[in-house]
Amino acid sequence: MIAQRLGTTALRRVTAAPQNAFFTQNLARLALTSNLSTTQSRAVATQKLTAEDARALLDAQRLKRPVAPHLEIYDKKQTFFTGSIWQRFTGAGFTGLLYGYSIAYLAAPLIGWHLESASLVAAFAGLPVAVKAGAKFLVAWPFVFHLFNGVRHAAYDMAWGFNKRVIVRSGWYLWGASIVASLGLLLL
Amino acid sequence: MASLRSSTSRILGSARPSLRFASSQVRAFASVSDLSKEASQNQSKTNLSDGAKASNTASGDKPRMKTFQIYRWNPENPTEKPRMQSYTLDLNKTGPMVLDALIRVKNELDPTLTFRRSCREGICGSCAMNINGTNTLACLCRIPAEDSHDMKIYPLPHTYVVKDLVPDLTLFYKQYKSIKPYLQRDTPSPDGKEYRQSKADRRKLDGLYECILCACCSTSCPSYWWNSEEYLGPAILLQSYRWLADSRDERHEERKQALNNEMNLYRCHTILNCTRTCPKGLNPGLAIAEIKKEMAFSA
Repeated sequence: MIAQRLGTTALRRVTAAPQNAFFTQNLARLALTSNLSTTQSRAVATQKLTAEDARALLDAQRLKRPVAPHLEIYDKKQTFFTGSIWQRFTGAGFTGLLYGYSIAYLAAPLIGWHLESASLVAAFAGLPVAVKAGAKFLVAWPFVFHLFNGVRHAAYDMAWGFNKRVIVRSGWYLWGASIVASLGLLLL
Repeated sequence: MASLRSSTSRILGSARPSLRFASSQVRAFASVSDLSKEASQNQSKTNLSDGAKASNTASGDKPRMKTFQIYRWNPENPTEKPRMQSYTLDLNKTGPMVLDALIRVKNELDPTLTFRRSCREGICGSCAMNINGTNTLACLCRIPAEDSHDMKIYPLPHTYVVKDLVPDLTLFYKQYKSIKPYLQRDTPSPDGKEYRQSKADRRKLDGLYECILCACCSTSCPSYWWNSEEYLGPAILLQSYRWLADSRDERHEERKQALNNEMNLYRCHTILNCTRTCPKGLNPGLAIAEIKKEMAFSA
């Protein structure tokens, strides 16, 4: 290895001076290769920085770095239509509904609203069929979705169903099953 | 070693310079793969008369143009907003993977385009980026030839951009360091040789040790987007589990205690983008679930 390196350094020294008589028969070839030089050269001059200067430069750059786009460019199937975020939306919706109704029910006698079950049923019965169906679906679908996805999350807690295909498929089944089941609840 | 090779080729490679010169006249880069691709195409058509024509331009293939929209941001002009720049390539002259296209853009269209790449075979994890909405390694991602939509290429989501497609992964590596990713033992091995484990114990590490820390999974996780300061993210938790599952490690309890808080582990809401995006086909979601399960049943 060392002998080889010695030989190549010697050769390199010789090639550095192409006017050497030994290489005269190779001059044409050397002229040809000189166009496609195998060594790299840089036109840009570099300057040495002290460690503190380099650090200051890095810190100054870091302050100005933009955050790469995320929610707006990521695959919508994995961000906006994933079961996980809708579990949160539906859960938050029902929690809001429960709190809202409970507080309104408490305040009703003071304000003079009629939020008793009997009056609510009577009010609902008076609505057109389409509105009734829509309102029922709006309550039924989040409930069913939250229920089914809750079962899925319980399975995840047991470390079941993490196969990639199962994840994707169970996600679509979840949407299908929850819509079918909530349409079924509409007919009750 | 590199200098050795260049000097010997300059002197001894008598036939090569002229050959290389000729091929560089035709095309600067990857002309070999083009020719072989063309040959195979011609063979599949069994059109032998066309096969005789060896040059790129002579074949009758109609060009398959594809536009790549690539995220650009230059730290030299930090006030300038990041923008998308379009490059159109002929897929007949480009390799099959997105990384081939990026390298061709850099070589032939725009040398200022900046991205990381090293091994071009999915083992180094350098070329992790967001391609058509999903994080993956550019070297493992095929260019979909059949659809004519533009390909959109962004850096890893919600990372700080150093330049163009290069994200700042400092925090990611710091988090990796924080889980002490090495074997921790106090007792020496009984025979003074290496620490042995049974085949069954070794098998527990399959699907964990293959992780190359490309950060595709962590940066696909919305929970990590919003809480990356404290939440470790799927890649690092997979690595945590790799050391928790190792039968030779003796700091099992300490490792578990380090994760047993609200933020480090439990910000995982089983969104499972990590498992869906992993370019190596690993399952960070499952690894996190195994940690949670172990915590739940042992505490």
